[in-house]
Amino acid sequence: MTITVAGEKKEVKEGLTLPELILLENVETPEYVTVSVNEEFVASDKVADTVLQEGDNVEFLYFMGGGCHGVDR
Amino acid sequence: MALTDEQMERYSRHIILKEVGAKGQKKLLEAKVLIIGAGGLGAPAAMYLAAAGVGTIGIADADEVDLSNLQRQIIHGTPDIGKAKVKSAAETIAQMNPDVKVNTYRTFVSSENIRELIREYDFILDGTDNFPAKFLINDACVMEKKPFSHAGIIRFKGQLMTYVPGQGPCYRCVFKNPPPKDAVPTCKQAGVIGAMGGVIGSLQAMEAIKYIIGKGELLTGVLLTYNALTMEFHKIKLPKDTHNCAVCGEHPTITELIDYEQAECDRK
Repeated sequence: MTITVAGEKKEVKEGLTLPELILLENVETPEYVTVSVNEEFVASDKVADTVLQEGDNVEFLYFMGGGCHGVDR
Repeated sequence: MALTDEQMERYSRHIILKEVGAKGQKKLLEAKVLIIGAGGLGAPAAMYLAAAGVGTIGIADADEVDLSNLQRQIIHGTPDIGKAKVKSAAETIAQMNPDVKVNTYRTFVSSENIRELIREYDFILDGTDNFPAKFLINDACVMEKKPFSHAGIIRFKGQLMTYVPGQGPCYRCVFKNPPPKDAVPTCKQAGVIGAMGGVIGSLQAMEAIKYIIGKGELLTGVLLTYNALTMEFHKIKLPKDTHNCAVCGEHPTITELIDYEQAECDRK
C-alpha cells in the first residue's frame, strides 16, 4: 500500500503498524516524537496499536531547542 | 504621526510594496515586539526587526557574550565578549536604526516575571534554546492572549510555528510536556550550523512583520520545517482540534505557570 510520510509517498507492506514505521524511518528519540496521522495527533498510549491504512498521511513532529538560554537553571 | 523625509527614504523599499505602504510602515514604527533570548535565533530576528523600523524592541537575556556564540549570534561581535548580551544587542540596534527604542531586560524569564514582561508587547518571539523556557513562553502567551513565534534549531534542521490566540493550536497542543532532562539533544551537545539561526530567526521576524502589518498567511496551525542538507522546506498541518489542550483548551488544567527543570550540562 502507499502512504505519505513527511510529505513523501512511500510503498509499504499492508498492515504496517506505527511502531514498525518508526523503526523503518529511523526516527530519532522515538519515545519523544509526536505523531500525526491524517492531521490528527496519535496519543502516545495509542501509538503501539495504530495500524496504518492505504493513503494515510503520517508526520513526525520533533522537539527542537536551539537559540539561546532563556530560563535560569 | 507622519513619516519624516528621512523615514520615507530609509523605508522606501517597504513603502513601495502594496502590502506595506506608508500605512504598514507606520504600524511597524508603532509596534512593540519582545524577543526572549538574544542568541542564534534572537540575534538575526532582532536585527531584521530593527532594520524594518519596529519602533519598540524588547530583548530579554541574562547571559554574557561568549566566544562560542559568535559563530551564529551575529548581533554580537568579538569586542563584545564578556558584555551582557542585551547591552551588546542594544548597541548594535542603536547603530543600525535610531528610530528603534530598545528595552533591555537582563534576566532569565520565569513564572515570576514573564507575564508582566510580555504584557506590554504586541508580539513575542521565542529565541530560547531549551524546553522549560519554550513551554513557559507558550503558556504565558496563552494566558496573556499574546501572539508569538516558536522556533527551534539543531544541526542542519530548523522549525517554527506561530500561535495567535483563537486561531489554532499552541505549542503545548503539539508537544504536550517538556521531554525529560537530557532526553533530547541541545545545540551545545549536538551542534548547529550558524546560518540556521539566520534562516529560522529571519522567518520569525517575517512572521512578526506580517502579523503587525496584517498581511499574508501566518504559520498558525502549521509547523514549517527546514532541512538544510536536502534544502527542503515542509509544512506540517497541525490538528485543528485544540479543545483538549491542557493550557489553551476548553477546560485548561494548567492555570498557573510552571518552572520546569533544565539539564545541568547546558548551563553554559
